[in-house]
Amino acid sequence: MRKFLAIVLLLILAVGIAQSIGKIPFGTSKTKVGRYYIDNGVEETGATNIVTSVVVNYRGFDTLGEVTVLFVAALGLGAVLALKKKKQENDELERASLVLTSGCKFLFPFILLFGSYIFIHGHLTPGGGFQGGAVIASAFLLIYLGCRERKINENGAKAIESLSGLLFVVIGLIGLAVGGYFLLNYLPKGIPNTLFSAGIIPIIYIAIGFKVGAELTGIIDNLMEAED
Amino acid sequence: MILVVILIVLMLVAAVAAAIFKDLLSAVIASCIVSLIAAILFYFLQAPDVAMAEASIGAALVTAVFVIALKKSSRYEE
Repeated sequence: MRKFLAIVLLLILAVGIAQSIGKIPFGTSKTKVGRYYIDNGVEETGATNIVTSVVVNYRGFDTLGEVTVLFVAALGLGAVLALKKKKQENDELERASLVLTSGCKFLFPFILLFGSYIFIHGHLTPGGGFQGGAVIASAFLLIYLGCRERKINENGAKAIESLSGLLFVVIGLIGLAVGGYFLLNYLPKGIPNTLFSAGIIPIIYIAIGFKVGAELTGIIDNLMEAED
Repeated sequence: MILVVILIVLMLVAAVAAAIFKDLLSAVIASCIVSLIAAILFYFLQAPDVAMAEASIGAALVTAVFVIALKKSSRYEE
C-alpha cells in the first residue's frame, strides 16, 4: 500500500515537472542581458571567454560568495572530523606496489601543470579557477591514494587558502578605493586574446584556483585522516 | 545526434544501476559513469566550462569521497 502511494505521488510529481519544463521555450533568449554580454563582453572586460567575464567581472561579487560557501563547507567538515582524528600517525600502512607509486609520482606534476594551465588561461579558454582548482585537488588525491607514506603539509595548504582568499578581497577593495565600486577592473585591459590582458580577471582567477585547490585538498585530507 | 541518444541511454542505464546495486562500490562507479557522460553531454551542448567542472568534481572528487566513506563503513547494503 505504501509503495503504491509512493508510486502515485512520484507520477504526479513527474507530470507536474514535465508540464512546467515543457512550457519553457529552450533556445530562445528571454532576457536582453545575455545578448548584451555576448555583444559587449570582450570590449568591456578584455576577456575572450564570455563565461569568465560574467563570473569574475560582471558577477564578481557572487563569485566571492561562492568561494565563501565552499570555505564554510570545508571549515565545517574540518570541525566535525577534527574531533576524531587519529592519535598516532605512524601505524603500519600497507605499502603500494612499485608500479602504482611510480605511476602516481610520474603523473602528479603533469596533472598539476594542466590544472595551473586551466586557471591561468581562464580568461582565454574554457575553464577557470574552480575547474583548475578541482583538477589540482585530484592530483593530490592521486598522491593520497597511491603513495600513502607521503604526507601533505596541512598548514601550508591552509596558509595558501587564506592568502589567496585575502588577495581576492584586497583586489576588490583596491577597486573600491580607486574607482568607487567593489571589484572594479582598474588594471589596463590590454589586447584581447593575449595572456596578459583583461586587467584583474586573471589575477582573481589564479587566486580562486589556489583557494579551491587548497580547500578541496584539505577536505580530502580530513576525510582520509579521520578515524574509522 | 545518434551519439547523443546513445550517451543518454547509457546514462539512464548507469543511473538505474546506481540505484539498484547492492554492492555499494559498484553503485559508486555507476554514479561516476553518470557524471562522466553528463560531462560529455555538456561538451556537446557547447558548455565546455561546465563540462570541465562536472568531469573533475563529479567524476573524480565525489567518487573518491564516496569510496573513502565506503572504506570506513561497509561495502554491501543489507
